[in-house]
Amino acid sequence: MALINVKTREVQIKIVYYGPGRGGKTTNLEYINHTYRNQIKTEMVSLKTHDDRTLFFDFLPFDVGRIRGFDVTIQLYTVPGQVKYNATRRLVLRGVDGIVFVGDVQKELRKKNIESLNQLYENLETYNLDLFKIPLVMQYNKIDLRKSNIPILSSEVLQRDLNGLLRVPAFEASAVNGGNVIPTLKKIISITLASIQDQLL
Amino acid sequence: MLNKNQLHAIDHAIETHLIAAGVDHVIYMDMGGNTIAKHDNGKTRLDSTAFAALAAGNFATVDAMAKLVGESEFSLLFHRGEKLSIHFSKVTNDTLLVSMFTREISLGMVRLKVGATIKEISRVLVGVAL
Repeated sequence: MALINVKTREVQIKIVYYGPGRGGKTTNLEYINHTYRNQIKTEMVSLKTHDDRTLFFDFLPFDVGRIRGFDVTIQLYTVPGQVKYNATRRLVLRGVDGIVFVGDVQKELRKKNIESLNQLYENLETYNLDLFKIPLVMQYNKIDLRKSNIPILSSEVLQRDLNGLLRVPAFEASAVNGGNVIPTLKKIISITLASIQDQLL
Repeated sequence: MLNKNQLHAIDHAIETHLIAAGVDHVIYMDMGGNTIAKHDNGKTRLDSTAFAALAAGNFATVDAMAKLVGESEFSLLFHRGEKLSIHFSKVTNDTLLVSMFTREISLGMVRLKVGATIKEISRVLVGVAL
């Protein structure tokens, strides 16, 4: 839940990038960190394994300015995507306000996307949160692989698999080149802020 | 959500018990990694936003480890460094008090002052859903 401090007039919002392993969650944050370096006061924190995969989370705080007299900080987190780290994923989701689900468009990862989304639903349930109610944006990442002749899933298939029931905003993206990384971020920020605006008096 | 009076009372408890006793930095935060109150003695700088995110992760990890060994929780943690040490103490199920201090103040004194601060914060939090 967003933390609203009425004394210091500050709001802290937690947005988590969730999805299967090696899907591009960390790459999204790295691109945001690079693009908005001037607005980001601190270094990005990455807790990685020796082979450079996310062990716990990446963390990037991000000031978005003043809204209704409150200074708003967006705290971006990623979760570790590897299957064995579900306990850690659940810990990172604590207090989440908005989620970007980063799916991988590679054909061979179709099942992993669906499994990851199902697990997100279950993990949110442990905090009494409902995937159908929480601010959520879908991102279908790695569309640049189309040029490399690697078999990829069409948007229609991904929408049917992952977004058929949820019907949330969705973006095709290429996080490695920055394609649609910022539109995804802007969309999740705007719908998350809209979800808490009644609390900003 | 805490109101202004409650936040003021929390600030007062931290200032009078911990900062006045010589603790360098104090962060009162929720388990999601959000800072509710932060105080320092003005001598050193700390990236409290990143620190709170890591502290929440650290505490949550140890909490999960406690359950694996059959403990309901480890309600306090202590990391000792060469110059600076960190004391973590659970205030409620959802909040955590983190105190950073140098060798100029003893761990015993910190624990005593943390205890008094938690008592005062708990009084403020009666009936508050965080």
